[in-house]
This record gives sequence, structure tokens and C-alpha cells, in this order.
Amino acid sequence: MLSIKTHSLLFITVLFLSPSLLFAADAIQGEVTRQAVNVTAIAMFLAFVSATLGITYWAAKRTRSTKDFYAAGGSITGLQNGLAIAGDYMSAASFLGISGLVFASGFDGLIYSIGFLVGWPIILFLLAERLRNLGKYTFADAVSYRLRPVPMRSLAACGTLTVVLLYLIAQMVGAGKLIQLLFGLEYHFAVVAVGVLMILYVTFGGMLATTWVQIIKAILLLLGATFMALAVMYQMDFSFETLFARAVEVHASGLDIMSPGGLVSDPISAISLGLALMFGTAGLPHILMRFFTVPDAREARKSIFYATGFIGYFYILTFIIGFGAIVLLVNNPEFLDTGTGGILGGNNMAAIHLSKAVGGEAFLGFISAVAFATILAVVSGLTLSGASAISHDIYASIIKNGDVIEGEELRVSRIATIVLGIAAIFLGIVFEQQNVAYMVGLAFAIAASVNFPILFLSMYWQNLTTRGAFIGGSIGLITAVLCMIFGPTIWVDILGNAEPIFPYKHPALFSMSAAFVSIYLISIFDKSQSGQEEVIAFQYQYVRSQTGLGAEGSKESLLTNN
Amino acid sequence: MQHFYRRIYADPDFHELERKRSRFSWLLASIVMLTYFSFILVIAFAPELFATPIIDGKTITWGIPVGLFVILLSFLLTGVYVYRANKEFDQITKDIVDRVRKLDDA
Repeated sequence: MLSIKTHSLLFITVLFLSPSLLFAADAIQGEVTRQAVNVTAIAMFLAFVSATLGITYWAAKRTRSTKDFYAAGGSITGLQNGLAIAGDYMSAASFLGISGLVFASGFDGLIYSIGFLVGWPIILFLLAERLRNLGKYTFADAVSYRLRPVPMRSLAACGTLTVVLLYLIAQMVGAGKLIQLLFGLEYHFAVVAVGVLMILYVTFGGMLATTWVQIIKAILLLLGATFMALAVMYQMDFSFETLFARAVEVHASGLDIMSPGGLVSDPISAISLGLALMFGTAGLPHILMRFFTVPDAREARKSIFYATGFIGYFYILTFIIGFGAIVLLVNNPEFLDTGTGGILGGNNMAAIHLSKAVGGEAFLGFISAVAFATILAVVSGLTLSGASAISHDIYASIIKNGDVIEGEELRVSRIATIVLGIAAIFLGIVFEQQNVAYMVGLAFAIAASVNFPILFLSMYWQNLTTRGAFIGGSIGLITAVLCMIFGPTIWVDILGNAEPIFPYKHPALFSMSAAFVSIYLISIFDKSQSGQEEVIAFQYQYVRSQTGLGAEGSKESLLTNN
Repeated sequence: MQHFYRRIYADPDFHELERKRSRFSWLLASIVMLTYFSFILVIAFAPELFATPIIDGKTITWGIPVGLFVILLSFLLTGVYVYRANKEFDQITKDIVDRVRKLDDA
């Protein structure tokens, strides 16, 4: 049995699979040791992989048009979409990362969970219906409805691709590390395996396959986590007081786990973090894409209701699981790493070890397989979103000016998927030794500072012009990137300088403000002819966004090519 | 299509619907944002509030039920919105659109 010790920095990259952990930079240190090859787990994940390849084959037969490829033909119901969206949020990272954070710091885990959940009601109240009524496959459709397509789609595609790539790198590196830990496989092999499977799912099965893989994984994960939480509570005689009291007894930090730790210490950081979590969610391209898979705005609303329910329930479970892990794992020699004093493999493994503690080897195998499944499902969705930016936004709309024949766009989409998949594998291998933690944070900041402002304002503000949106959105993008580079995460922790130029870890407050203010000012002072026309066109956009008349999938859309 | 949009935009019922919908959406959004940012600011400024046990001598602190409340509130409000939008707003929208289409046939 080989054992590979990896630098603690690498371990943190596993931790940062999760959007929810993007800001927990110095919470956990530890060493990564490779597990023995876990046969039960491999057997279960092979079963999962064959099932999903079966789904892909089924989906491939039904994926004939571009609409099938990007939006599953508009055939997904509210409940199915709700599960799929929840699946995107119940990633391996959330499951392992949040429970790991709860295991390490208690209450702090809840802070992140809540941050990610509250974006959803906001999307429902402010964005979902209009987005669904205005767009076809990507959120760039909605943004460029009345504004000039070339600049707007370029900016939206830029926003999409940066977010997708940052997220993908973090996921691929995390996936490699996780598989190395769980199944005892080599890192490179793990990354290639994930990449190849992802390419297969998306190229052949498109949105239909990715959606169903996501749904099945979500159900399995919910069942598994429910079982774990119930098993934990059973041992606590179903008393929460007992759970918390016993956790406090054994945890190194004692009573501190019951209250907020040092996660957000000053008001500016607190608000900046809050903004990034809430509005970043509303700007994630692979999430926004899911609203086009349902037949109309009605089902889109329902999907958010279901998604919010499942995600909220899941985060409650991870909280219980984290505390259960404290009670059952700390002081349990089976799971302790005698070298570091922490649990084997680090805090991220808390949920995995707990699965063995409550359900034995078989359940451990099941949970490991599900963890692998979640990674696959999320990277597939990301890749599809990136491919849509390349083929739908850039190729079909900008280069070809909307003048593409059906088969052509589909072919380009597939090629884009393969290229992105290979890029993801390559980047995953290149970044193996790098700290990729900051990437998810940056992805959220960009989503909140570019995608969200241009989308929100184009749907709500009559006086928005192309010039304002383009320049202002670009300013948001540049501000987010610069603040991140000159901030403590990159300038100090990675580049090794003594003092950061930009003092805050979370740039969202500044980059979002920069975006909104510049978009506003430039639009107001835009007296150009095209600017005025765009203002007038708002009325038509408004009616369509509110009534769904002429929306993609409605009767009228078959008559017009709007 | 544009002549449909023009007619709808000229319809006072449409604007009435929009007022209702807008008030409702922003009301619910404000509740969520206020609740969430208060939660965040308490953590930044006065974390001791969340660190206090709910009953003396017990371990469970206020932070936990408050956090749970925020989660449940988010979910319930989405339900409230979907219920009203799918039932009431969609019906009004349908009436307006039908009326505008009939004008075309006439």
C-alpha cells in the first residue's frame, strides 16, 4: 500500500471544492494521505458510472437539435429542475466541505450554508420569470434582447467563461485529490477519468443527460445524508441538546463551536461576503442556464421553490452530520491520524468517516460513490455552460450574426464541449500543486459584479444602454479581478508579499458598486442614437418579460423569430 | 408581435398587474435581504448575542434557532411567491393576453 504525503496547501485545495468554503482560507491545515484502494467504493461507483452512461445513451437518442442540447428540449418539469438545481448546490464540496467546516468550527458552517441559500429567493422574486421569458439558452440571450448583441454577448460570454473556467479548475483539482483520497487512485488518472466521463456525458447527452445525472445524484445524496443524520440522532436519543452537549465535551474548542468564530470580523468584510454569496448565485451561468430547460416561467418558479426546499433541508442535514462527526469521530482511534492528531485525511473527510461509523463498509462505499457522482455532475453542468457561451453566444450570435443552420450550431456545441473538456483536464493537471482556493471566491465575485448587474439592469432599468452596460460591466470585471490579485489571498498568501494593497479578502462590495455606478453614469450620459432606441425598445422587452408572450416555448414564438 | 406588445402596454390592467407584482416581489425580496444582512451584521458586530444559550444551563445557543429560522423563512417565502404568481398573476396575465388576441381576430 503506497502512501503519498502531500503538502498541507494541497489539502486546502480539496477543501476549496466548495463555493461555501471559499472564504475559510486558514481554517484547516492537515496532511493528505492516500487511502488503500477501496474495493466496495469502486464497485459502487462503477455501478453509478454505468448507470449514468446508460442515461447518456438514452439522452443521446433524444438529443437532435440545439434546443435539445442546451435546454433538454424544454421538457424538464418544475420538480425535476428543482432537484437538478439543488444537485448543483449539493456538490461533494458542500457535502464534505460544509460538514467538514462544522466538524472543525461548529456554528461557522451554518453561516456559509445560509449565505448560499438566500440567493435563491432573490432569484425567484427578481430574476427567474423575466429571464425565462426573454432568453433561449443562455442568460446572454436575455441581456442582448434589446441591446446590441456584439458587445453584450462578448461581455456575457467573457463573464461566463471566466466564471466557468475558474470554477472548473477548482473542481478538477479538488476532484483529483478527493478521488485520490477515497479510492486510492493516482491523481492524474483521477483527473483524466473525471474529464473523459464529463466529455462523454455532455457531448452525447447534452442538457438532458446532465440534468438526469444531477437529479439521480441529488436523490442518492439526500437519501444518504438523511440516513446519516437519522443514525446520528438515534444515537443521541433524538435530542439536539444531547448532540450539542456531547460535541462541546469532546471538541478542542469546547463551547466556542456553539457560536460564530472569526469568519467575519469586520462589517465591510461581512457585507462584502454576504453580497458575493447572495448575488453571485444570481450570476452563475450554469445555474441560470437551467431556467431554460423548463417549458415556461410557471415551471421555472416552481423549480426554485423545490430547489430552495431541498437545499435548505440538505444544509440542515450537513449541520447535524458535522456535529455527529464531532461526537463519533473525535477520540475514536479508528479514524484518527496519529501523526497530526486530527482525523485521517483531514477535516474534509469527516462526513466520509462518519458514514463508516454509522453504516459500516457498505455505506462508506455508497457515500464515496455518491461523492464522486456529485463531482461529475457539477463539472458536466459547468462544461455545458461554457460550451454554450462559445457556440451560442460567440459563434452563432456574434460571428455568424444569428444566421446558422440547425445542425451547424449543434456541431459547434459538441466541438466546444470536447475542447473545454480537454482544457479542463489539462488545467486540472497543471494546477495540481497550486492553491486554487481563491478561484471559487473570484468566480463568485465576478458573477456578482458582471453577470448579475448586466442581467438585472437590462431587465429592470429602462435607461440602460449598450454603452453603459458594456463599459460598466467591464469595469466590474476588472475591479473584481484587480481587488482579488492585490488582496490578501493572492498578493500575500500566494505571491508572498508582506502587506496587501487592497485590504479586504472579499471584493464584491467594491466591484459590484463599481459596476452599478459606472453602468448608471455611462447610460445616463449616453445620448447616442442607438442608445435612445434601446430606451424605447424597453417597453416591448418589458411586456414580453412580464407576460411570456413570444417567449421561447410559447405558441407565438413558433411564428416569430424574435 | 410588436403590435401585441404595444396593445398590452396600452392596457391599464397590465400596469395594475405590474404594480401588484412589483410591490409583492420587492416586499418579499426586502424581507429576505433584511433578515439575511441583519444576521450577518450581528455576527460581525455582536456575536455574543448568538452565543447565548437559549435556556440557562443548556448548550444550544440562540444562533442555531435563528439560523434555522432564516433557512425556513427563505423557503416559505418562495412558496408564498410561487403560490400567488402561479395562481393569481398568471390568471390576470392570461386574461390580458387573451383579450389582446381577440382584438386581433375581430
